[in-house]
Amino acid sequence: MSLLSRRPGLRVGLLLTPPMLWLGVAYLGALAALLITALWSQNDFTGNIERAWTLDNFRDLFQIPVYRTIAFRTIGIAVLVTLIDALLAFPIALFMAKVASPRWQRVLVIAVLMPLWASYLVKAYAWRGMLSTGGLVDSIASPFGLGTPGYGLVATTLTLAYLWLPYMILPIYAGLERLPDSLFEASADLGGTSATTLRRVVLPMVFPAFVAGSIFTFSLTMGDYIAVKIVGGTSQLLGNVVYDNQGAANNLPFACAVATVPIVVMLAYLAAVRRTGALDQL
Amino acid sequence: MRLPGGLRVSLSVVTALVLVVIYVPLLLVLLNSFNTSRTFAWPPPDLTTHWWQQAWHSEGARDALWTSVKVACAATLVALVLGTLAAMALRRTRFFGRNVVSLLIILPIALPGIVTGIAFQNGFRTILGIQLSIWTIVIAHATFCIVTVFNNVQARFQRLGGNFEQASMDLGAGPFTTFRLITLPMLRSALLAGGLLSFGLSFDEIVVTTFTASAQDRTLPIWIFQNLFRPNQAPIVNCVAAALVLFSAIPIYLAQRLSGNNAEAMTGAR
Repeated sequence: MSLLSRRPGLRVGLLLTPPMLWLGVAYLGALAALLITALWSQNDFTGNIERAWTLDNFRDLFQIPVYRTIAFRTIGIAVLVTLIDALLAFPIALFMAKVASPRWQRVLVIAVLMPLWASYLVKAYAWRGMLSTGGLVDSIASPFGLGTPGYGLVATTLTLAYLWLPYMILPIYAGLERLPDSLFEASADLGGTSATTLRRVVLPMVFPAFVAGSIFTFSLTMGDYIAVKIVGGTSQLLGNVVYDNQGAANNLPFACAVATVPIVVMLAYLAAVRRTGALDQL
Repeated sequence: MRLPGGLRVSLSVVTALVLVVIYVPLLLVLLNSFNTSRTFAWPPPDLTTHWWQQAWHSEGARDALWTSVKVACAATLVALVLGTLAAMALRRTRFFGRNVVSLLIILPIALPGIVTGIAFQNGFRTILGIQLSIWTIVIAHATFCIVTVFNNVQARFQRLGGNFEQASMDLGAGPFTTFRLITLPMLRSALLAGGLLSFGLSFDEIVVTTFTASAQDRTLPIWIFQNLFRPNQAPIVNCVAAALVLFSAIPIYLAQRLSGNNAEAMTGAR
């Protein structure tokens, strides 16, 4: 027993072994296997996977224009969803953290959290109903001479922004709550208007929280293929290509090759934001 | 905290508006579960509890619910053990590779669901030659649930420090006695909060699940997705959905009571 307290390294090693076997061996192993399978091919006649190295999957991915379009479309929607959520989340988070009384703060946290527990599919499905012709969006927009955007990329963007909004509100709220009130007072004492205070004091300090939220909204959007099936009409995102290739088209190696695109995008994003300290706020 | 009046008013207006947008779709689901029209005509021609009766007796929904509960319980159990071990290992000690370990813990939620899904499916089927089953779902779910427990436990450690444990060791208790009598009671509510979040995360997951479930294993989200577009089943699906919305209040309430600290209860929220 005393051996464990005398040798902290041994203690850490023993504690870390089970989680690292799971995450480091099983999970990272699965990711490595994904990259390897992406370099194999599928025999069109037998449907078996041929374990011979080839770059054909990546050649198809880069040279067939439709995949490039889908990749950029997916990234574009992920950026758009992240921006919409950041714009909507900031005022709410600020209200929750700095205006609401402690009692209301509790109520609002629950109000924001609760939709996270309501089924994802239920929410996407509710939007399908609201966006239908003659649905709620249609009846609200018609007096202004507008109509429902119908099922497509606009509907997908709206639905995804709705689904992931709490993931953006919560980290920003937590970041704002950590800001001492004295900062606001100091800025006001030094003659800063509320706009200046928000822009030059609050925003820079909660920026890591924005980044933390954006990792969720970005990654969740990149990895989604269900919402677009429900409200996206015939539009496709990267997730649909991956899913259809492993399922209906039965070309697992190509599906793996397509899945490397979101991996590369997310790893690049994580590497870029690592210095902001956002990863500690997840 | 005094923000200028104009700013306070506009902030509260925006907050109220967004909350309305957040809740209207959920209320519509509730209302439509009583709608007599199969296609959810708006406004509802009449109200009925017929669909609720049908949903209550739906075999498919019951089986799927049971599968989901089993998967979520098993995944949460694994996540509780592994998440706590990881948080204890990273506590107070600085060692080479510490950042790599914390990155590895968040990676399953930072990478998109399709990546985790296809990586596991390919790993199980192509590389290991294992048939997909309820256990492959559990393995995949536990992987991204670890972080919720880890976050909650780590936050608790940071808040409470290590004085009580040191006192216990000074009084002659070994590491295991200290863990059982001091650390575990100290962590109890953090573990419950983290476990609840992990249960909810697994219970609602669909993207990774579609990749790691066999055709026979239907979790509730998969059942909903399969029946969503069937005109006969749509009203029943809607009732199940409405019930899920109502029941979601329970874990939230519990997590709030348990953690006592807002920020802590949420950081695990994926």
